Amino acid sequence: MTRVAAGGRIDRNTELAFTFDGKAYRGYAGDTLASALLANGVHQVATSICYGRPRGIMAAGVEDANALVQIETPFPEPMLTATTVELYDGLVARGLQGQGRLADLPDQARYDAMHEHCDVLVVGAGPSGLMSALTAARAGARVVLLDDQPELGGSLLASRNQLAEWVSAVTSELNSLATVRVLRRTTAFGYYDDGFVLALEKRTDHLGAAAPPAAARQRIWRIRARQVILATGAHERPVVFADNDRPGIMLAGAGRAYLNRYGVLGGNRVVVFTTNDSAYTAALDLADAGAAVTVVDARTEIPQHPAAECARRGVALKAGHVVTGTSGNGRVTGAHIAPYADGKAGARQGIGCDLLLVSGGWNPTVHLFSQARGKLRYDESLGAFVPGSSVKAVRVAGSAAGVFTLSGCLSGAADAAVAALQELGLSSAPPALPSLDAEPETTPGLVLWAVPDKGDESGPCRRFVDFQRDSTVADILRATGAGLTSVEHVKRYTTIGTAHDQGKTSGMIASGIMAEALSTDKHQVEVASLGTTTFRPPYASVAFAALAGRDRGEIFDPVRVTEIHPWHLEHGAVFENVGQWKRPRYYPQRSAAGSIEDIDTAVLRECRTTRESVGMMDGSTLGKINVQGSDAGEFLDRLYTNLMSTLKPGFIRYGAMCGMDGMIIDDGTVARVSDTEFVLTTTTGNAAMILDWMEEFAQTEWPELRVNLTSVTEQWVTIALVGPRSRDVLASVAAELDLSNEAFGFMTWRDASVAGIEARICRISFSGELAYELNVNAWDGLALWEALIEAGKPYGITPYGTETMHVLRAEKGYPIIGQDTDGTVTPQDLGMGWVVSKKKLDFIGKRSFSRAENQRPDRKQLVGLLPVDRTVLLDEGAQVLATADLSQLPVPMLGHVTSSYRSAALDGTFALALVRAGRERIGQRLHAWQDGELVSVTVTDPVLYDKEGARRDG
Amino acid sequence: MADPRARRSPLAGWAPQLQALNGAIRAQELPFLTQLNLRLDSGGPAADPVAKVLGVSLPTVPCTSVGSGVYEVLWLGPDEWLILAPAGSAPELMIALREAIGSEHAAVTDVSAQRTTVQLSGPGARELLAKGCAIDLHPAASPEGSCVQTLLAQTGIIIVVRDGTATDFLLLVRSSFAEYFAAWLVDASVELTEPA
Repeated sequence: MTRVAAGGRIDRNTELAFTFDGKAYRGYAGDTLASALLANGVHQVATSICYGRPRGIMAAGVEDANALVQIETPFPEPMLTATTVELYDGLVARGLQGQGRLADLPDQARYDAMHEHCDVLVVGAGPSGLMSALTAARAGARVVLLDDQPELGGSLLASRNQLAEWVSAVTSELNSLATVRVLRRTTAFGYYDDGFVLALEKRTDHLGAAAPPAAARQRIWRIRARQVILATGAHERPVVFADNDRPGIMLAGAGRAYLNRYGVLGGNRVVVFTTNDSAYTAALDLADAGAAVTVVDARTEIPQHPAAECARRGVALKAGHVVTGTSGNGRVTGAHIAPYADGKAGARQGIGCDLLLVSGGWNPTVHLFSQARGKLRYDESLGAFVPGSSVKAVRVAGSAAGVFTLSGCLSGAADAAVAALQELGLSSAPPALPSLDAEPETTPGLVLWAVPDKGDESGPCRRFVDFQRDSTVADILRATGAGLTSVEHVKRYTTIGTAHDQGKTSGMIASGIMAEALSTDKHQVEVASLGTTTFRPPYASVAFAALAGRDRGEIFDPVRVTEIHPWHLEHGAVFENVGQWKRPRYYPQRSAAGSIEDIDTAVLRECRTTRESVGMMDGSTLGKINVQGSDAGEFLDRLYTNLMSTLKPGFIRYGAMCGMDGMIIDDGTVARVSDTEFVLTTTTGNAAMILDWMEEFAQTEWPELRVNLTSVTEQWVTIALVGPRSRDVLASVAAELDLSNEAFGFMTWRDASVAGIEARICRISFSGELAYELNVNAWDGLALWEALIEAGKPYGITPYGTETMHVLRAEKGYPIIGQDTDGTVTPQDLGMGWVVSKKKLDFIGKRSFSRAENQRPDRKQLVGLLPVDRTVLLDEGAQVLATADLSQLPVPMLGHVTSSYRSAALDGTFALALVRAGRERIGQRLHAWQDGELVSVTVTDPVLYDKEGARRDG
Repeated sequence: MADPRARRSPLAGWAPQLQALNGAIRAQELPFLTQLNLRLDSGGPAADPVAKVLGVSLPTVPCTSVGSGVYEVLWLGPDEWLILAPAGSAPELMIALREAIGSEHAAVTDVSAQRTTVQLSGPGARELLAKGCAIDLHPAASPEGSCVQTLLAQTGIIIVVRDGTATDFLLLVRSSFAEYFAAWLVDASVELTEPA
């Protein structure tokens, strides 16, 4: 057992049972999986990805590059670091070799997101973050303070209760304030523009199976802050030496954290290899806990204070020495130390040890600052990059700013908060700084990236830089040897910094080793000029489930429905997605025996009933735009290809709109309500786009026109009542309305009461049949639909869906914009030259019609295709070929099939197609290519049914 | 003849689920309200006559609304407002407004069924909206009378702030999105309405 008898921040009264690699262990509340494993003497937790080397726990936080584990229970989750998994009862985990496995069960946990706004966001709740947050909170600012740990205190948690009372008092004060939100277990993982910070809160992970099911397990916080203070601390940097990857080798600060925070003494015979003062605190704390400690300091001059403290405790001190390598079978059993001078290591000797702590200095955690577009500056004395420019509304405090004394951190953090408050116009009296013991003067550390190795890099000794990627010094040298001089290139060549930890312990070292490798006697390459690789979000791994949040299942994407939707559902409609709308595609009938019609049978039935008697369709999804103003007619004249201003109130006109290139973009009907008011329709999918298009012209091109546009798509439910008996059906529910052709002609509208509901009835037809389009206030839509279904019963009325609508319109050669067109088709190509005004001075697209390209006789034109074998259904998209001779490649292609259906009225299949010079080819035999075969087709006029229009008036 | 009571509001099917929310969140559809969209030059000669009809001047401060007791007038743009009025008053109000406007350039459009209105209240209302809305609804940033057009999750929405403690909101959502909106709302409230 390596748990010390007392101390630490764990709760020794709450024992937790867990299983690792199939073996049962016990730990305490407050442990991480890593600390609990160490407490049980388990140092090896993983295996390296390429070389299969045993690997242990190297850090005590998010920067760990080694200890990847797979959680199995309560829910499988891959590739978490043991150092960031809080222990819970029943945890089952196993060590990984790089990759884990995703669960093959759906994750039942909830994930969500929360938007938050604040005056001051403080990232990190170590001494600096607490000081900044307290200062801002006391000034009355709205403050968000977040920290990735379960309790506040940051680096102080790894100390021997330093400032513990102060931390506790500040925590209580912040928690008590309504203006302050404290988020624990929360990692800010991305800084975006203008103070927009994303953070991940792990809310119930630490509860294991006891997590309440209603509570979101993880939450993405979308924080918009007016001022940001980054108190993100620093990560300790190792020194690279041969066999530096054995279990039992960890960062010095981690060794101290395990002792002081978790009550775990990582070893009894400890070597501390350092290049700087900071590791002495670890050495002294471990010695006080009873370990036999030897300090190996690469510097020849040891500062007086730590030297004296070492001497007082009998800690051996090897100044001017380095660790050159290690021994061990699995866990480290010995450190090889050698004198170090002029960048060279001398003769080595062994020291037995079961724990080797390493410190090469500290890298300020500048990730978020860099993402905020802050420039970094290389600090030669630290051997690290520090914030080197100011960024609007962003301040860096504490060790993240390169300040490594506690008093400096506290006063700097208070100053940062005061400055932020000043910009917010808030006056502040900074709280008194807590009193501190005198801090010994620090002496500069030695910047040492890697201990030189005389060994053969390809042999069993390897100097690891990125443990998770198994990348070594040799890999960097191979990259620079191959001529790579950019850190970004070397990163990609060696994969250093590309693992889950994103190079938190390896990136800086890689730059340093590169600089040395690229330097020659004549030319010194500076780390400063090499820089670092880009710090991209996310700072730490974020599960996709968290990012997806609640956008899954029923609310993955909005489903738009009409007011008649409940009826469609009740009557077994099969739906299709049209944009976000759910539209009935067809209504299969159920036979007495319980069998359900297939789509072909249902659609043929719906078509036949509609052509022979009467059918009805929910057309409410059509876009509808109300246009008002004294210049409304003029405005529409400029937008549509045809003339709208001459339309009289009470009348309706079909209209087409083109883009500036003369290509058709939408079509619909325009009804004139009064001299100054029109209502137009757009295709379902284009409703929003066309309103934007019209608004853009109204606002930016023709602001002189007095016209206003208002979307009324959802104000109206629209029902198409179609077929030769539609007049009879309507007559039975609209007794007051004269439905004769003379009184109510084609392309006119009337307001009337239908089944007691105020309706606007338009005589328009998208099928060639006598038809009425009834528009009512959407609230009345379902009642009207049901009334029409009832009134239509004597005529065998059928509801029909989009598929039948498509067949009926295609039989008449009516194109659907977006299906039979693709943005390269003019009205003339569609055979609709009649919709293009010759009289109007100008309209959008007019000038493009005179382009030579638009005049070519061999443009693709809309035609009908009849397969010679009328049972063969052409594929939409099938290529149309001029010849059946496929020996000459490439085979000339004339166009493609745009619509293809089975038709009851035509007693067989038919299609519409865009075919080069199609109208000239009417009567010709062409070939469609599908499923590896040729299908012979005859080109026809696109209008295949009721060419003379005899059915329009019933 | 169809029974006028057969009218169906967009969230009729969701009433039981909305009603089942309680405690921190209360949500209720206010169906069939009259809603008129008004386009007008607020500095033009029609502004005063329109104000007389409404009993209140058109708000010109962006993202605000004003109430007259009968009408609620929501600023939607520099020349656009949404007027909320009691159910059934659309025809008369349309006529009155058009008369007030006379021959001035303006537009009055009945959009009563274009959106439905939901009253969302309770101490958890702001937190619930924060799950899907990027607007700062803290009373310090969105005082009573604030009116914003924004997104809630993936649907467009108008939010009217009805008190100074961020516990009473009117939400207007396009009718076709209403069921998505309700499903989102009910799902979002799970953690706020169940005991932790």
